[in-house]
Amino acid sequence: MSDPFAWLGDVIAYSLFGLSPDSATGSALQFFVMDVAKIFALLVIVIYLMGLLRAMVSPERVREFVRGRPDWQARGMAVGLGAVTPFCSCSSVPLFIGFVEAGIPLGVTFSFLIASPMINEVAAVLLIGILGWKLALLYIAAGLVVAWFGGIIMQRFKPERWVEDYVWKIQMGQAAAQRPDTSLRGRHRFAVAEVKEILRRIWKWVFIGIGTGALFHGFVPTQWVVDNLGDGQWLAVPGAVLVGIPLYSNATGVIPVAEAMLGKGVAVGTVLALMMSIAALSVPEMLILRKVIRWQALALFAGVLGVSFVLVGWTFNLIA
Amino acid sequence: MKRIKVLGSGCRNCEITAKVISQAAAEAGIEIELEKVTDIAEIMGYGVMSTPGVVVDGVVVHSGGVPGPELARAWVQG
Repeated sequence: MSDPFAWLGDVIAYSLFGLSPDSATGSALQFFVMDVAKIFALLVIVIYLMGLLRAMVSPERVREFVRGRPDWQARGMAVGLGAVTPFCSCSSVPLFIGFVEAGIPLGVTFSFLIASPMINEVAAVLLIGILGWKLALLYIAAGLVVAWFGGIIMQRFKPERWVEDYVWKIQMGQAAAQRPDTSLRGRHRFAVAEVKEILRRIWKWVFIGIGTGALFHGFVPTQWVVDNLGDGQWLAVPGAVLVGIPLYSNATGVIPVAEAMLGKGVAVGTVLALMMSIAALSVPEMLILRKVIRWQALALFAGVLGVSFVLVGWTFNLIA
Repeated sequence: MKRIKVLGSGCRNCEITAKVISQAAAEAGIEIELEKVTDIAEIMGYGVMSTPGVVVDGVVVHSGGVPGPELARAWVQG
């Protein structure tokens, strides 16, 4: 077998546990072992290499890049940098305030907030490794487009009126830039710390994602999927988006679920819509943002994103 | 005595950061004044957007993650 991870899954599920490849439990376990090994191996390698290159961009630097530029340039930067900045929802409040304080238009800030949780370089590499080039590019392109236009649409509704008053009053100090240690040892130490930090933050999402994917892979009958979630099932797309809104997972955790669904014949657009909805829209994230904007803006944010994801899903189902 | 502040709105990493620093101080046998700053306006006042951040005697020395023990040791000894 050419794929060592699939081989490992085979050995553990079929030889060690003696399960049949045709049984639901057997194929679920094989999927689980294969994906745990593959995803964590990829995560460690990718995060380490990114850390070595110090490719992670801090929100402070994003703010400096974006501020004071004409609207389209600022938006392009916000979307692009959002895509390469792994985002921890714990920093979304300071990030929001920092952007407002720098005079960056709210629509641009929203573009960043949409792009950041949905796309990052770690997820991109995993997407390529697990779902292939084509789907990775589709996902990234769709995410960038949604972030770009989502921010523009938000701006149309003048969201400034919904920003909490105290946000406007905050004065930001100028932190002296910290010079990173760029010696090879310093880079290595930083990369190792980065691997530990990110894995500690996301491992449970990844496990939940792989578990869900494995159950789907093993126990959901293919015929049922084809009948209810396959091509031509228009309502499956809004359904997927609605299911994804209360659910939250890191962008990485969504990938094994998508893998299992695609394997069973769920339509591509439906899978993309679900992935985006789970990664970008979540109740905890909303509650955190509620500290800086009122619920009207949050409802609008959820609405704009929900509709965009449905449109993305339908478009890909049509052209696929 | 060094005055060290940990900036962060009460997230898990901020707690860990405070612990790392007080541990480093205890190990080095140095007494420090450790304060947790949770007020977002004050945090932003230091120009820090990615928490947890660390301020030693009024100067931001770190932001955006849990610092390693060697860093913490350097701060308490200064």
